[in-house]
Amino acid sequence: MDAILLQILNGLDKGSAYALIALGLTLIFGTLGVVNFAHGALFMIGAFCAVTLQKIFNLYSVVIDPTKTDFLGNPLKVKVPYVESWFGEVAGQAIINWSVPLAILFAIPIMVAVGYIMERGLIKHFYKRPHADQILVTFGLAIVLQEIIKAFYGANPIPTPAPDAFKGSFDFGAIIGFAENTIIYPYWRLIYFLFSAVVIGLVFAFLQFTTFGMVVRAGMADRETVGLLGINIDRRFTLMFGIAAAVAGLAGVMYTPINPPNYHMGMDFLVLSFVVVVVGGMGSLPGAVLAGFLLGILESFASMNEVKSLLPGIDQIIIYLVAMVVLLTRPRGLMGRAGVMEE
Amino acid sequence: MFGNLQKNDRLLMIFFIIMVLAGPIILAPFGAGYPDLLQRFAIFGIFAIGFNILFGLTGYLSFGHAAFLGVGSYSAVWMFKLLTMNVVPALLLSVAVAGVFALLIGYVSLRRSGIYFSILTLAFAQMSYNLAYSVLTPITNGETGLQLNLNDPRILDAADTSGSIPSTNFFGLAMNSTAKFDVLGMTLQFNVGFYFCALILIGAFYLALRIFRSPFGMMLRAIKTNQNRLNYTGLNTRPYTLAAFVISGMYAGLAGGLMAITDPLAGAERMQWTASGEVVLMTILGGAGTMMGPVLGAGFIKYFENIFSKINDNVLHAWFSLLPDGLENLLVGILHFFVGKGWHLTLGIVFMLVVIFLPGGLVDGATRIMKRIMNRGKSDSASAKSAAE
Repeated sequence: MDAILLQILNGLDKGSAYALIALGLTLIFGTLGVVNFAHGALFMIGAFCAVTLQKIFNLYSVVIDPTKTDFLGNPLKVKVPYVESWFGEVAGQAIINWSVPLAILFAIPIMVAVGYIMERGLIKHFYKRPHADQILVTFGLAIVLQEIIKAFYGANPIPTPAPDAFKGSFDFGAIIGFAENTIIYPYWRLIYFLFSAVVIGLVFAFLQFTTFGMVVRAGMADRETVGLLGINIDRRFTLMFGIAAAVAGLAGVMYTPINPPNYHMGMDFLVLSFVVVVVGGMGSLPGAVLAGFLLGILESFASMNEVKSLLPGIDQIIIYLVAMVVLLTRPRGLMGRAGVMEE
Repeated sequence: MFGNLQKNDRLLMIFFIIMVLAGPIILAPFGAGYPDLLQRFAIFGIFAIGFNILFGLTGYLSFGHAAFLGVGSYSAVWMFKLLTMNVVPALLLSVAVAGVFALLIGYVSLRRSGIYFSILTLAFAQMSYNLAYSVLTPITNGETGLQLNLNDPRILDAADTSGSIPSTNFFGLAMNSTAKFDVLGMTLQFNVGFYFCALILIGAFYLALRIFRSPFGMMLRAIKTNQNRLNYTGLNTRPYTLAAFVISGMYAGLAGGLMAITDPLAGAERMQWTASGEVVLMTILGGAGTMMGPVLGAGFIKYFENIFSKINDNVLHAWFSLLPDGLENLLVGILHFFVGKGWHLTLGIVFMLVVIFLPGGLVDGATRIMKRIMNRGKSDSASAKSAAE
């Protein structure tokens, strides 16, 4: 029982990332009908927002510290980050320490802007072109974005640690009544899961309980009629693209402490996220979320040693296998509407 | 051989043969006349021609073609290890194995179309890649890649006493032997490996031409135009698409085999989806659905990859040394991102521009320009006539 729970927990963090990216992909596909191969790049840009903010906070000025001397007796030069000299030492260090969570605030406007520019500047011109063209141009865009990031940040992963308060692990099993030291779980993974749950909840609440969301849902169901009612649905869809970009970006920001970001992390996640979308059902938001978590957990079960010794290599291919079975037996996916992109 | 081709096609074929066979001479002034690069032109040309048979004719966008390339490479290297260093059995096996793979993958993937087909092929290719990296290590040698060893059995070859790994050969003609001539200050290099690849490229091109002009090719085009209508007329399109998929998979296997012939090792990274993306880039860049497009696209990408990755800041400074210093540094600073390691950025931008403004690829662009020039000539003469009247 505790082994099963542990695997479910282990699958949650990857599952959360899949769910968030797939949610954004589905938002874009459901509203604009575009298959966005550059969505992984948005995830990556989000992660590099966190890297950038960390770098900004660590900008320093060199000050001579009269109270300390080096071994020759000269006054010591120390590097003092600007945030420390502005807000005092304690607050400044706290800000640097909490740069990843703070990057959420930093990333939202950037990601919305990136999404907005992408849609107005490029994707807009591809609505009437075949899906293959959309795939190709966003694929090209993904390469360009990835290479730009590589040019500025280099090819190596950049460590972006979580705040000290959330480093390390805790005994999750003991809290919920299992024997001690059976379920050890890192803090940050739990936070990542909770964070993604909140983001997903916010997106759904936004679509469900606001007038804007209602119009967007109506537009997803029948774009033409909504347009005929005198509503500028294109402008709302553009904003949805921005929101989808922000969701992917936030997934990237919070993922940085789990895995140091590098320029091709987006591509690695993109392929899997597509599979997730297909399994969940093209155009179905709950399907994307459900399939994201399901596949994340499934992947973690497949990487158990007991399973691996039975079926070697299964952990590498389980997601693709599931996708194949789903596509061949139930092409509309787990929760897809009948008739939406079934062929 | 060309008796049953149209006159235009016969010209195209002859032109193609001359261009390919004279490749080492034509490309030498451009700094591309050395065997390694020429071989890559030919091999990726074959790969792209094969991809074009699927994508250009049927419109099915496969994102997993590199899997067949990788499978072809692995089978060829195994043939070198076990049987003989002669290239013929290796090529036959790599084409056959890739064909079987394509049959299996195609049978499953082709049950869906559009975006689903792309994702299914992508999933299959990633699966093969992941497996080749992990569980199949006894066959693929995992991360290191499959290489030749001195103590491989090679049962058909005579016992080797030289103490070095024998080179691949075509009935005794070593693939890496090169004849060099110095002409007009350039070195012309005629390499056996390149000519072997070139002959196969010509054969592959001819076969593709025949497929394009055949009733079978017509049927594939009909599928691209409107598959539903074909289905409604009571025609089962699946066998046609599957045949196209298998043929293009075999082309990819052939290219993979040739890769192993020119450089006898095989690694899993050949199957990664970026490699699949590369052949898509080549085909689209040159012009999907045209005969020359994919070959041109492959040549274009491989040539500029080679040229651009060699340019570094020093070369740039040398180019702009005539300009004032500030301007020079500014230009070098900007261009720095597009050359050397930044070559992929340039490629991505060019690719996006082509997809946005020239969906027909470079070939389409060339024909458009030609037409405009021709039309201008005509309208000029027409206006001259009306003026005369």
